[in-house]
Amino acid sequence: MIDTLVIPLLKIVIVLNATLVAVTYMVLLERKVIAWAQSRLGPMRVGPYGILQPVADAIKLMIKEDITPVRADKWVFTAAPIISMVPALIVYAVIPFGPEVRLFGRQVTLYITDINVGLLFIVSVASVGVYGIILAGYASNSKYPLLASLRASAQLISYEVAVTLTLVSVIMMAGSLSMVSIVRAQESQRMWYAFAQPLAFAIFFIGGLAETNRAPFDMPEAEQELTGGFHTEYSGMRFALFFLAEYANMIVVSSVATTLFLGGWLRPFPNVAFLSFLDFVPSWTWFLLKSFFFLYVFIWIRATLPRYRYDQLMRLGWKVLIPLAIANLVVTGIVKVMLL
Amino acid sequence: MFDTNELVLNMGPQHPSTHGVLRVILRLDGEKVVDADVVIGYLHRGIEKLSENRNWTQIILLTDRMDYVAAATNNVGYCETVEKLMSIEVPRRAKYVRTILCELQRIASHCLWVGTHAMDIGAMTVFLYAFRERELILDLFEEFCGARLTYNSMRIGGLPLDIPPGWDKKVLEFCAIMDAKIDEYEELLTHNRIWLERTKGIGVISGPAAVALGLSGPPLRGSGVPRDVRKDEPYAAYDEMQFDVPVGTAGDTYDRYLVRMEEFRQSLRIVRQATEGLPEGPIVGKVPRLIKPPAGETYHAIESPKGELGYFIVSDGKSTNPYRFRVRPPSFCNLQGLRTLCKGHLVADVVALIGSLDVVLGEVDR
Amino acid sequence: MAQAIAFYFIAACILGFAVLVVSTKDTVHSVLFLVLDFLFVAALYVLLGAEFLAAIQILVYAGGIVVLYLFVVMLVNLKRPPEAHSDPHRRTMLGFLLAGAVLVEVGAIAIYGFSQPAMVPVPGAAMPVTGNTAQIGWLLYTSYLIPFEIASMLLLVAMIGAIVLAKREL
Repeated sequence: MIDTLVIPLLKIVIVLNATLVAVTYMVLLERKVIAWAQSRLGPMRVGPYGILQPVADAIKLMIKEDITPVRADKWVFTAAPIISMVPALIVYAVIPFGPEVRLFGRQVTLYITDINVGLLFIVSVASVGVYGIILAGYASNSKYPLLASLRASAQLISYEVAVTLTLVSVIMMAGSLSMVSIVRAQESQRMWYAFAQPLAFAIFFIGGLAETNRAPFDMPEAEQELTGGFHTEYSGMRFALFFLAEYANMIVVSSVATTLFLGGWLRPFPNVAFLSFLDFVPSWTWFLLKSFFFLYVFIWIRATLPRYRYDQLMRLGWKVLIPLAIANLVVTGIVKVMLL
Repeated sequence: MFDTNELVLNMGPQHPSTHGVLRVILRLDGEKVVDADVVIGYLHRGIEKLSENRNWTQIILLTDRMDYVAAATNNVGYCETVEKLMSIEVPRRAKYVRTILCELQRIASHCLWVGTHAMDIGAMTVFLYAFRERELILDLFEEFCGARLTYNSMRIGGLPLDIPPGWDKKVLEFCAIMDAKIDEYEELLTHNRIWLERTKGIGVISGPAAVALGLSGPPLRGSGVPRDVRKDEPYAAYDEMQFDVPVGTAGDTYDRYLVRMEEFRQSLRIVRQATEGLPEGPIVGKVPRLIKPPAGETYHAIESPKGELGYFIVSDGKSTNPYRFRVRPPSFCNLQGLRTLCKGHLVADVVALIGSLDVVLGEVDR
Repeated sequence: MAQAIAFYFIAACILGFAVLVVSTKDTVHSVLFLVLDFLFVAALYVLLGAEFLAAIQILVYAGGIVVLYLFVVMLVNLKRPPEAHSDPHRRTMLGFLLAGAVLVEVGAIAIYGFSQPAMVPVPGAAMPVTGNTAQIGWLLYTSYLIPFEIASMLLLVAMIGAIVLAKREL
């Protein structure tokens, strides 16, 4: 009873809370990192070194007036930000933070669950997240947000194809769809898949940037765009939910990239006994470090690169990334058959 | 099969990327711009009419506010026009200091240009870096004349104040810092794949078309026409300076960008030469107490960072106010090219093109 | 026991949302109820132990096909309001006629199906791989290779057709 009900519930509570806190602090992290890249300091006033800034932001957004456009579809208008946010949180059910550990006398796995189609589950749940954007634009009952949301969702589903193709190469190498098996395969094959599949890694990361509407692919939500983007009519907490959903998606992409390409919870060179002194660092710390590295790179790229125009962005996705991903898939298949 | 009609989109006077209160009415076919109607006048303050009620020295204040990004160049242009009409000899030291100030303004204006242009295209970090350097220049100006934006730093016949002691050393220090910073901007942008895709081939205008439209400054030079007032009709101390004028070939946004980036370096060259070779002497020439130019009219143009800035003044010889004061603002003439440049491009390019023309609405509307 | 409760609950939801799909006045709401329907069907697949199918159901149906429906519905809604029908009774009669035809067809298939001997599913032990995904892949590439290839050809033809229709100048 405890093993089947209480422990998973506890894990869910912990993971959800940690994720939501992480998502709100992502706001601060981004502002700080971009500020330091631009030779300024970022938020410094609220709390020491601006640590409490997310709290101030959350309070501000919650006490804002809740405006709904007059002829907007009320149910859909309210549901859209929620539909954006929830898939990002659901994905955490299958992300492995670490292997089995001994905690309080029981063997506890550091992941909520491990279903044998874990990766497919992640991809399918992420594809449901597109609805949030489409419905946001529609529910605003205004021409420009609708067109902007259609463009943003077209961008998302185009890059989903490229990303899914790279995931297939990883699945081919690991021989399984389960997230935990993929990490274990990296352990047994003695190589992080980032080195075995560099092209897939690069395409996954670029696709991840496009999936989360991050620079340089953030034309749909850039302020310099003429239309205000799909979230024009949203204010207050609903608007906040969209941005939190974006950050949550960023964290999801980072976690998935870590698990698939950087060996998840494995320490560097897990098979080299010489480096076993590194084992004092718990497995989930390695996971978090690697995820943070990806998040940092996300923010770094936003501070540095200009943004693609929408047609250039779509061209990149369809004419460059998808053929490359397919080529990578074919080569992986050939190499696997030859090596077997 | 499908009935596509044109969409009219208003890029309103309040917009983060129009560099001021500019209104562009776009007619779109899908995402392509079919026509762009530019509406100006939101910043019209009546400077030309106001000057008819001010005396010649007071107008210097008004000229500051036209191209507020590079105010000292406006001052220089105006003072030189009046000096031309009155045939006043400006001492060499004043000419050199005017050159230094004009070139520092060019660097400051281009700093603002590169920052806002890059930010419109999405590279927001360059904005912060460029403004950091602009601050250094504004500090220099503040030390010289007490103001950061609108200087009122020229008088007819010279300058109101001599440079403070040690100012020229600070200018040289600034030049040393700035060289490395220009490389920083170039590193972030010039060979960046995304930057190239956003600017190459966008807004192409041929040399003859540019001349026909009346463009000047970097938009003209980017299209291959080597016209620079500093070289063709030298004023201030430019005839004694060694510098090159960068000229582009393709006439697209990227070439205009390269032209301005090279102008950064040439301006630093001029500033160094002028500061190191600063002659001694009086700072103001022989000017009568009351400025009353003889009856007549004259036109004089200088090369402001935006292009050819021209002043046309008519004096009736009797009063202390001008009869007519007319400005040929480079941004106004360059903005006329926006319609031609925008045709056939996508909506997202319009923003890049406005930045590429480097318009300042204060100058356009006066 | 828990399985039975879960099944009946999911089935009730599916039927309820299906009724809402056809009865709701707003087209976009109708499409959204369809999405919910598909999600519950995926839950049904999980109950049956076909988790690969469940994930694919969400990925392809809910995440791809219905998104397409939604695009079309939203863009069409934008242009014109629905026209009033000339004769409401005609519409109802046509509806009953069509429903009757479908009922007869489904009934015929059911009776025919029950009268035939049951098809033996390929036993899992007969395949050299285990696990849901692997077995589906094995079957797809051995016994059902030709239908698989035909399906992909069909998709290719559809894609080319869409491009030809949408391009302005070819």
